[in-house]
Amino acid sequence: MSAPEAQVPAHVDRRTEARRRAAAEGQPWRGPLRHYDIIKEATIAFVVVAVLAVALAALFSSPDQPPVTLRQWANAQPAGFTQVALSELQGTSTSATYGPPFNGQSGSVQSLGPVSIQKLLGVAWPLHPDLAFVIDPLSTLPTDPALGSAIRTWESAGAAQQKSWTAAYAKEVGKLGLGASIPSRVSGAGPVPQLLSSLLAMARTGALDAALVSHGTFYSSDYTNAIMFLGDSATSQDHSYWNEIVTAEHLQGSQWGVMNETGSWPGQPWLWLYSMWYQVPPMNSSHNADILVVAIVTILSLALLFLPFIPGLRSIPKWVPLHRVIWREYYRQAPR
Amino acid sequence: MPTTVSLATGRPAAAGAINLNHPDHYFHWGFVIISLANLVVIVVLIALFIAALLVPFMKPRPVPAPEVDETEPAVRAQAAATGEPTWTGAVRRLGLRFLPPAKLLPDYQPAYVASWAYVFGVATLTALMVVIFSGLALAFEGPAWWHISSAGHFVNSIHLWAVELFMGFMTVHLWFKFWMASWRGHRQATWMTGVLCFLVAIFEAFTGYISQTNFDSQWIAFEAKDAFASSGIGALINPLNFGQAVMLHISLIPAAVLVLVAVHVLLVRVHGVAPPIEARAEHLSTPAPDSAEVAR
Ligand code: HEM
Repeated sequence: MSAPEAQVPAHVDRRTEARRRAAAEGQPWRGPLRHYDIIKEATIAFVVVAVLAVALAALFSSPDQPPVTLRQWANAQPAGFTQVALSELQGTSTSATYGPPFNGQSGSVQSLGPVSIQKLLGVAWPLHPDLAFVIDPLSTLPTDPALGSAIRTWESAGAAQQKSWTAAYAKEVGKLGLGASIPSRVSGAGPVPQLLSSLLAMARTGALDAALVSHGTFYSSDYTNAIMFLGDSATSQDHSYWNEIVTAEHLQGSQWGVMNETGSWPGQPWLWLYSMWYQVPPMNSSHNADILVVAIVTILSLALLFLPFIPGLRSIPKWVPLHRVIWREYYRQAPR
Repeated sequence: MPTTVSLATGRPAAAGAINLNHPDHYFHWGFVIISLANLVVIVVLIALFIAALLVPFMKPRPVPAPEVDETEPAVRAQAAATGEPTWTGAVRRLGLRFLPPAKLLPDYQPAYVASWAYVFGVATLTALMVVIFSGLALAFEGPAWWHISSAGHFVNSIHLWAVELFMGFMTVHLWFKFWMASWRGHRQATWMTGVLCFLVAIFEAFTGYISQTNFDSQWIAFEAKDAFASSGIGALINPLNFGQAVMLHISLIPAAVLVLVAVHVLLVRVHGVAPPIEARAEHLSTPAPDSAEVAR
């Protein structure tokens, strides 16, 4: 280059130099070459990796802990189950008050400053737990006159009446330990004792597990209702059946759970940077934790994506001379 | 009142030679909680990185510069055409211009491509093939198979460990490409498709976990639904819907991974391997005035 260097300001010169360098580094290599066999390399690599995967599988197997069922839960914690079922009937459970995409409430609606994408996108998978978790499953039971009339009484009552029944029931059952058995009669609770003891009996046989996924059709592949019902115990009772297992397995969000796996298998260690943000303030106590973490991780992912264009960051590898080790042969034979 | 729940949940897990079906050891350091198993994985990856950095590579066998000019096939393709301009001919010329056969399937490389740092891309690619083959076997027999048959469980184990290898090799690959600043010389798109591979692969692994129809899938789906809902993705994808999760896991997302990987690897071949940082000027050809545009 024979540019009149004296007239050009230094930073322009540097930029031109960088551009020229990038263009040169993008051109075919004119230096020494070596023999190479891409197909041979790929074949050897495949055989080695396949053998390694089979060997690891034979050595360590893989985890497969059976799912938790409502049947196990209802048998282990009859009162705990009934307390959650009551909250479904009352419309106070986490699912019942969730908000989009499940219903029009706002209990679990998160926002980033003034913006809530969650609310913006609205209800996609309508979920009404009083019906879906309690009344509809009960209606599938073989006709038992007492239950049939309890359902009719509940359905024809006004909201205020329903509220006073559930309040009376809650007063009795709310104070029980999770493993206690439930009373069959509660004064002032109307049809609620009948409804919830029938639901408990149903759950204890496993019939509720089936009813929650059937959606009234023969085929089913959607477990939203069953998992949300179980999940309401995880969000409302620290020592619920599900929580006890989850905590023992270190799978709670507050235990960096998304990285972990049941048993002693590795989980998803690549999620460390996602998991980490849930552990630090303000996310570890914020109602908006999820959207905050999603926002942070989105920004970091974009930074990784556009790294080659970010001044400073993209120069780190030039300053830290690990490349002198990687290409040591080349530098030795072709010193600067 | 705390209720004790037995972890012995009945079904005997098909054990490997080394039984991992017992509670893991967890380390607590300040706010950090990590399982021994995850820690081992991370330590192994760092050890792999250091070993690949330091262990001498196989002695390169020098070859003379090939006589053929890389632009020649393009010229020939043009000459062989009927003379009638066709779309087909244009596509063929474009292909030959960017990826002449010797570039697509090279039997020589710049001499500086002599480090174990370069094997992690291929290792990632081949681990992905093992993931796909074992996944196809699982898909062939359907979602219940691996719970009830020991052959199925073994294929599932291969699938899981191939995924760990795939993600592990990809991570080390990413570290090396960063420290080599391999996006230099108009190779930004290679880096960016690589990052997209990484992100989409994480999503693919996630849908795999929630498609397992076991304890993990229940809990992971339940936990994940909040992040999905809060970011609006929950209006499109409901992780609690097993049918949707498994369909995504075996169709759309793997297709996206395959397309991204194909573009990524073809870009590497189009651009050739990035030269060393501060390579000697006489080893870098100065761009011809028109080809500078092409490289951009
Ligand atoms: C599905 C995952 C991936 C596969 C199968 C894959 C495969 C490959 C292969 C086979 C190569 C050529 C050999 C080598 O240099 O190692 C390569 C090069 C490259 N990869 Fe990846 N890769 C993946 C993910 C990534 C990621 C996550 C990044 C970085 C964020 C990345 C960045 C690069 C770059 C910049 C090059 C060019 C290297 C050069 O020119 O020297 N790749 N990749």
